[in-house]
Amino acid sequence: MFNTILSWLLVIIVIASLLCSVRVVIGPTIPDRIAALDTLGLQLISFTGILMIVQDTVAYTEIILVVGLLAFAGSVALSLFLERRNLFERD
Amino acid sequence: MSAIEWVIVVLVVLCAFFSLLAGLGMLRLPDVYSRLHATGKSSVLGVVLAMMASFLYFTAERDVEVWKLLLVILFVLMTTPVAALIISRSGYRTGTPLHPSSVSDELKPYYESLEAAASKEKNREDQMTK
Repeated sequence: MFNTILSWLLVIIVIASLLCSVRVVIGPTIPDRIAALDTLGLQLISFTGILMIVQDTVAYTEIILVVGLLAFAGSVALSLFLERRNLFERD
Repeated sequence: MSAIEWVIVVLVVLCAFFSLLAGLGMLRLPDVYSRLHATGKSSVLGVVLAMMASFLYFTAERDVEVWKLLLVILFVLMTTPVAALIISRSGYRTGTPLHPSSVSDELKPYYESLEAAASKEKNREDQMTK
């Protein structure tokens, strides 16, 4: 019962990430795509968190931390690259 | 199902609802600024609720306290507004248009004055070199 409900809620989160993926593909501008990928990363974090309950394991906590870091660093790096600015200020 | 399991189910239902809201806003809203307005808040709320449900499950049912999940909440709350700010600012600076139905653009005079100052400076330098 408990696991069945959680599995159906996982399906809903997958549908939400599919909507974001549509925006990644059709997005008219580059910032649209960056924002959609950022949201996709956050939805992946919540998906993994619920998957931990369904599979009854704590093995994925590090994966959640790393995905969060990579989503943030990736969107910031892409935006600054789009602005043609230096990521690391030298001199 | 015990009471704690019902609490976890309610938290996860809210998390799925907010994630779906973020996906719908991403797909349906007209330009990049309103899309960031939709997703920057509801997806963070989805992550916070999912992490709280997971932490509650492992604390109450399995007697394992996974403090890293609460660390994820703190981290996401700190970083996502910054990411949304940087994405929208780079979009504005690279000339992403606002949707035609938007009524005001308060940032435009500021960037125009910056450009005017820069071109004035450039003219003066050109005259100095002559």
